[in-house]
Amino acid sequence: MFRTRPDHRTETVQVIVEGRALMVPEGSSAAAAILLAGLASIRETAVSGSPRLPWCMMGICFDCLTEIDGVANRQACMVPVAVGMRIARQHGARDVPR
Amino acid sequence: MNLVPVKAPQAPRKFDLAIVGAGPSGMAAAIAAREFGLSVLVVDENAAPGGQVFRAAELAGADPALARDMAPGLELIARFRALDVTYRPGATLWMLDPDTGTLSLSCLNETMEFVAERILLATGAQERPVPIPGWTLPGVMSAGAAQIALKTAGMVPSGRVVLAGQGPLMWLLANQLIRAGVMPVLVETRTQPILRTALEQGGIFSGFAQLTKGIGLILKARQSGMRVISGARHLRAEGAARVQSLRFEGGFEPCDTLLLHEGVIPSTHISMAIGLEHFWDARQLCWRPRLDVFGASTHARIAVAGDGAVIGGWEAAVASGQLAALDAAFRLGRMAQAARDFQAEASADALLQARTLRPFLDALYAPSHEILAPPEESTIICRCEEVTAGSLRWAAAIGATGPNQAKAYLRCGMGPCQGRLCGPTVAAVIAETRNVPVEEVGHFRPRAPYKPITVQELAGAQHGADRLS
Repeated sequence: MFRTRPDHRTETVQVIVEGRALMVPEGSSAAAAILLAGLASIRETAVSGSPRLPWCMMGICFDCLTEIDGVANRQACMVPVAVGMRIARQHGARDVPR
Repeated sequence: MNLVPVKAPQAPRKFDLAIVGAGPSGMAAAIAAREFGLSVLVVDENAAPGGQVFRAAELAGADPALARDMAPGLELIARFRALDVTYRPGATLWMLDPDTGTLSLSCLNETMEFVAERILLATGAQERPVPIPGWTLPGVMSAGAAQIALKTAGMVPSGRVVLAGQGPLMWLLANQLIRAGVMPVLVETRTQPILRTALEQGGIFSGFAQLTKGIGLILKARQSGMRVISGARHLRAEGAARVQSLRFEGGFEPCDTLLLHEGVIPSTHISMAIGLEHFWDARQLCWRPRLDVFGASTHARIAVAGDGAVIGGWEAAVASGQLAALDAAFRLGRMAQAARDFQAEASADALLQARTLRPFLDALYAPSHEILAPPEESTIICRCEEVTAGSLRWAAAIGATGPNQAKAYLRCGMGPCQGRLCGPTVAAVIAETRNVPVEEVGHFRPRAPYKPITVQELAGAQHGADRLS
């Protein structure tokens, strides 16, 4: 759970997190937007389905893999927010049709 | 299906020097290289220059929680911004061919390729993994992660915040959070005594300014009323759907956010992938590339500077970046050897001065064995593939001699992070099980692409991808 400090970061950008509009500070990453949205997890792991939120926020751990503007497996901490960006949670392993 | 047309091949743009990373060492190297007339390319994964230490400094510079720490970075960034260099922010290097000097990058879903006579890796540091039971629970993050959130977005954890671990960053972050209106509890895992370590390691007189700053951070946090629990052992994060408490021997702290930290190590993913020789640093407990005084590696085209070479902090990074630029000018025939050596003196002195307190800090904040090789069988080591310490010990016992063998047994290091995070722990656990020194078990051998890319991005690579192996 995180909160902004609007007195010190006045510029904001509107993004869509899990279908809900949210104003986040300019300079935020998509991972930061998920933390500010208060989601319980950013993804469930491909192995056991356990919930995760970002660990490192600097592109090392890949725990923030998520779907951004329809593209899955993006490192959300490395993607700066843009107006109207759609950020969605990622669920487990990809379902491959046989 | 939408087939995206791939652009016709064109010769990649050539530079004298390509610098990977726009942190303190990368920026300092670019500034120096321009003074010697080299054409310079700087690529960086982040949106703005500064590296992690001065991350988003241009946005965060006025934030009262960060202003004093960002000030030296703003000056460096302003000098870098004014340079006549090709600067590509938001660009991820996914392949480097050291033999041809080709860099393959992904930027906004497009592939860019460049060629450089000389290449400087200034990829910085990453936090050491802190594999305690429960560290994968939502709400448990690295301390650096919370600091990046503060720098880039001005945001802070809400509710009860516990900082657990050790190192200079813990005290810096504690102060920054307090200035930002958050009062954390600090659970320190340090086991080494301050006074005796200082007397044994020395450097406290020549490193007096740095030491004074560090002590100032400790005093300030304590004066602000921050509760500090010292000598904590056997940490475990507990909670159901997310972290609810930190338990340790003889204590318990409820929390909504748990921030862990046990120091930083060089980020060696790319330097290892391109096959540079690395050696085990027994003092900093990490692998680092074998380099000469100018940062030149075992490959004739590649140099490494900054914390990616050896942990020393941003002032050491600036000095080592300058040295690497001088050497680049010499190797490209723009400067005589004598001139290089003469000009190098000031930077070499600065480097020595910046590193003077390191032996003391390394010894004082040496991570305990339980952090390096988690004793509890069920503790997750590889977060990507959810491989536990117990299964790794089993693999080592039945014949996995090193990390690359364990990968085949268990998939540890085969997930999306490619072993960036679990690498040190995997090696330490195998070494412990086999009862051999960690340098004997070796390290993961990462391969290109260094980060996942799309088929479209791969198809866009005209010059490097045919050598992808």
